[in-house]
Amino acid sequence: MIQIVNYGLGNLGSVQNMLRRINVESTIVKDPKDLIADKVILPGVGSFDTGMTNLIGQGWISALERIVHEQKVPALGICLGMQLMTNKSEEGVMKGLGWVDADVVRFPNGDLKIPHMGWNIVRPPKNDPSIFNMDQEELRFYFVHSYYVRINGDAEQIGTTFYGNDFASAFRKDNVYGVQFHPEKSHKFGMSLLKNFAAL
Amino acid sequence: MLKTRIIPCLLLHEGGLVKTEKFKKPKYVGDPMNAVRIYNEKEVDELIFLDIDASKENRGPDYGIIEDLATECFMPFAYGGGVTTIEQIRAILKIGVEKVVINHYALGNEDFIREACKHFGSSTIIVAIDIKKDIWGNYKIYDHVKGKTLSGSPLDHALKMCEAGVGELFINNVDRDGTYSGFDWQILDQINQKVTVPVIACGGASGLSDVKEVVTKAKVSAVAAGSIFVYQGPHRAVLISYPSQRELQQLFS
Repeated sequence: MIQIVNYGLGNLGSVQNMLRRINVESTIVKDPKDLIADKVILPGVGSFDTGMTNLIGQGWISALERIVHEQKVPALGICLGMQLMTNKSEEGVMKGLGWVDADVVRFPNGDLKIPHMGWNIVRPPKNDPSIFNMDQEELRFYFVHSYYVRINGDAEQIGTTFYGNDFASAFRKDNVYGVQFHPEKSHKFGMSLLKNFAAL
Repeated sequence: MLKTRIIPCLLLHEGGLVKTEKFKKPKYVGDPMNAVRIYNEKEVDELIFLDIDASKENRGPDYGIIEDLATECFMPFAYGGGVTTIEQIRAILKIGVEKVVINHYALGNEDFIREACKHFGSSTIIVAIDIKKDIWGNYKIYDHVKGKTLSGSPLDHALKMCEAGVGELFINNVDRDGTYSGFDWQILDQINQKVTVPVIACGGASGLSDVKEVVTKAKVSAVAAGSIFVYQGPHRAVLISYPSQRELQQLFS
């Protein structure tokens, strides 16, 4: 079973709607002490500091670290959820969860419209597509974000996308996965990705 | 490469989907849920639903129908119609809608827009501006509740909205709506050049060639259309449709 963390940010409804469509059982969990699933999704739409403030204030950190670090439960961060898994963000002043050695930086001002909004291509590594293992020539996902993740350490960049420059649209560090786009809004591509995650 | 978004814009009226002509003569084109299921199959980029009665009837959003739509929409979707409070936006987003469109209530309510963007993030808030030529041929803001053009310029309003923090502007040309006469790309170009946020062009598409023209000439980030995605053929037979990804790729290559 997948649990979706409700820390007050993000469209949990659409994540759950898509999981229901692909026949994956999920629940939305509001209380950290109820976190017992064999997989967890950290969604998120909103600002970095609000996200961290809610995670800390509602007591999520130790509960999440218990299942992610000790029990090694696969965790998927979506959009802000991915960003919160890093060390820090230019969007705020608070420290991130620090599960992945990476920082979050803003797209440079200039010719690019910000936010990066719409459908863009994600390129997974050919030898190990991981959660991107799907029978499609070109993988398209829906993005909405103004900040992106820059990996420093030993996390694997399992998805690359071009917007002005190449950036990490997905990463993996052991059992921790992050995607910058919204699989729950990326119809068949999102369904395949969530199926793959559910099958880990 | 970021793909140009091509967005069916669907109008809700008395529980059904309609298509209008110059914002008048709403013609029934089907059941919204059925349309959403077809658009899912066709893998559309995004959907915009506008309840064209809510502001006129001075009522809030119909959460029942929004919830039904959200359960079936596996692509991003925006809802607009009758939104005047932060609580309404919160309720709509909670259902699973990505973006909220504010049109009528944005007129003269910059503080509300600023507050909404601050609460929910810029990328959640779209301001829609209906534009229409006055008798002198100058584009003005059209107030669909009052049924008349206002004195202000669309560009000034657009700039105010950007300053208030909106994430996108939806520019809908009343004169072109449902007329198949192509986009007036020049006014869109004028607005797009002055704003930093994505602009969605709407009103006038007769086919993909018009879509290509407005993207090429006005460099808008997205194009919305109604008729071409709900009608087919010279007699405007109702047919929910959407180009294939291959067609869209060829269009912009």
